[in-house]
Amino acid sequence: MKKDLISITDYSKEEYLRILELAAIFEKNPNQNLLNGKVVASLFFEPSTRTRLSFETAISRLGGRVIGFADAGSSSVSKGETLHDTIRMISNYADLIVMRHPLEGAARYAAEVASVPVINAGDGANQHPTQTLLDLYSIFKTQGTLDNLNIFMVGDLKYGRTVHSLLMAMTEFENPIFNFIAPDELLMPEEYKMHLREKGIRHYEHREFTDIISAADIIYMTRVQKERFSDPIEYEKVKNVYILREQMLRHTKPNVRVLHPLPRVNEIHTDVDRSEKAYYFDQALNGVFTREAIIAHTLNLM
Amino acid sequence: MEEKVKKKLKVSAIKNGTVIDHIPARNLFKVISILGLDKIDNQITFGTNLESHKLGSKAIIKVSDKYFEDDEINKIALIAPQAKLNIIRDYAVTEKKEVEIPSEIRGIVRCFNPRCITNNEAITTRFSVISKSPIALKCHYCEKITDQEHLQIL
Repeated sequence: MKKDLISITDYSKEEYLRILELAAIFEKNPNQNLLNGKVVASLFFEPSTRTRLSFETAISRLGGRVIGFADAGSSSVSKGETLHDTIRMISNYADLIVMRHPLEGAARYAAEVASVPVINAGDGANQHPTQTLLDLYSIFKTQGTLDNLNIFMVGDLKYGRTVHSLLMAMTEFENPIFNFIAPDELLMPEEYKMHLREKGIRHYEHREFTDIISAADIIYMTRVQKERFSDPIEYEKVKNVYILREQMLRHTKPNVRVLHPLPRVNEIHTDVDRSEKAYYFDQALNGVFTREAIIAHTLNLM
Repeated sequence: MEEKVKKKLKVSAIKNGTVIDHIPARNLFKVISILGLDKIDNQITFGTNLESHKLGSKAIIKVSDKYFEDDEINKIALIAPQAKLNIIRDYAVTEKKEVEIPSEIRGIVRCFNPRCITNNEAITTRFSVISKSPIALKCHYCEKITDQEHLQIL
């Protein structure tokens, strides 16, 4: 059976740990010829330069070849071809499909249609599992463990898929504590809080972004995305509510690290960049190693 | 004489087969379509907009020489949750059954999420039932939850 990665919950805890182990190997030695002679389709039905370049770098470092497109305008989609037909055709050409699509559920559907494995590089507001795995790798690298961590999530906790997936993944590990800092309009959805209650995991909600972050091991910042709001007035009300500044980190724990899926707008002030607690650029680099690991795992190359 | 008129069946009896009673009248034709009754050759009689204390206005279907499997008939549970089945053999009711919401639903329901791939390409919807009462369906594709309030039959 082919191994797709569509949602973070498709992987078991053992598979999370396996990816972290492989990512560490690729970090030590990124250039390995494991994909020699293989073709990987990189299908970006909506543009996402950061994610695409990260994947294509990972494929290149593994010695594979990339075919595909960077946005739907330059593909047959603009001629009205269905996703079904595009995937069927590409399945004939490639050994693996990496895809990003603006519609939710597109990746799960593509995996059903494709005869080769599919890795979801984001399907609308639904899932982006490779981001979550690189977040896990970043947390593991900076904290030395994924157990007993106090994780603060800040900003858009309602629509932010990265925080939802990270939450689901972290609940597989021992004794996490979650602190959610969000305005009323952007609270963590009830279904995730219900999941935490069912598992007996401690979690707290706050409206104020204050010195409570002194207890944090990880501060996960998110961007408030304009396109998620139907009402522009609502967006204007909340976009500048939570901004992290360097001075706010002065009384935090020495091991704390600030993560952000990037791109940021203004939610992390640039004065944080010089702090050793800022980790978001390293986090992005970890993405390449993690994606090498995911590809190797998906195609049983290691 | 009065007695006889009252008891007269609005839809005539069948010798062998299945009677599906207590269908909400507005969903009769959806039930017919979900069960594929519009595509079989069996004799079928039905009545609709009949008086019902429970439903206000109900429909009834009588299908001759047809006995349904549980997972076949349970497909109508979402639109006719109170439906009762009478299994008829030689004009007598030999068994009574109720419908039950299955743990997985394919087709029948639309995903409420307009950004879901199933609402943008010709794909049969698929849900896992995470709550039966009130109904809550999790989309296999977009993973969003369609609740009772947003439930729409295809």
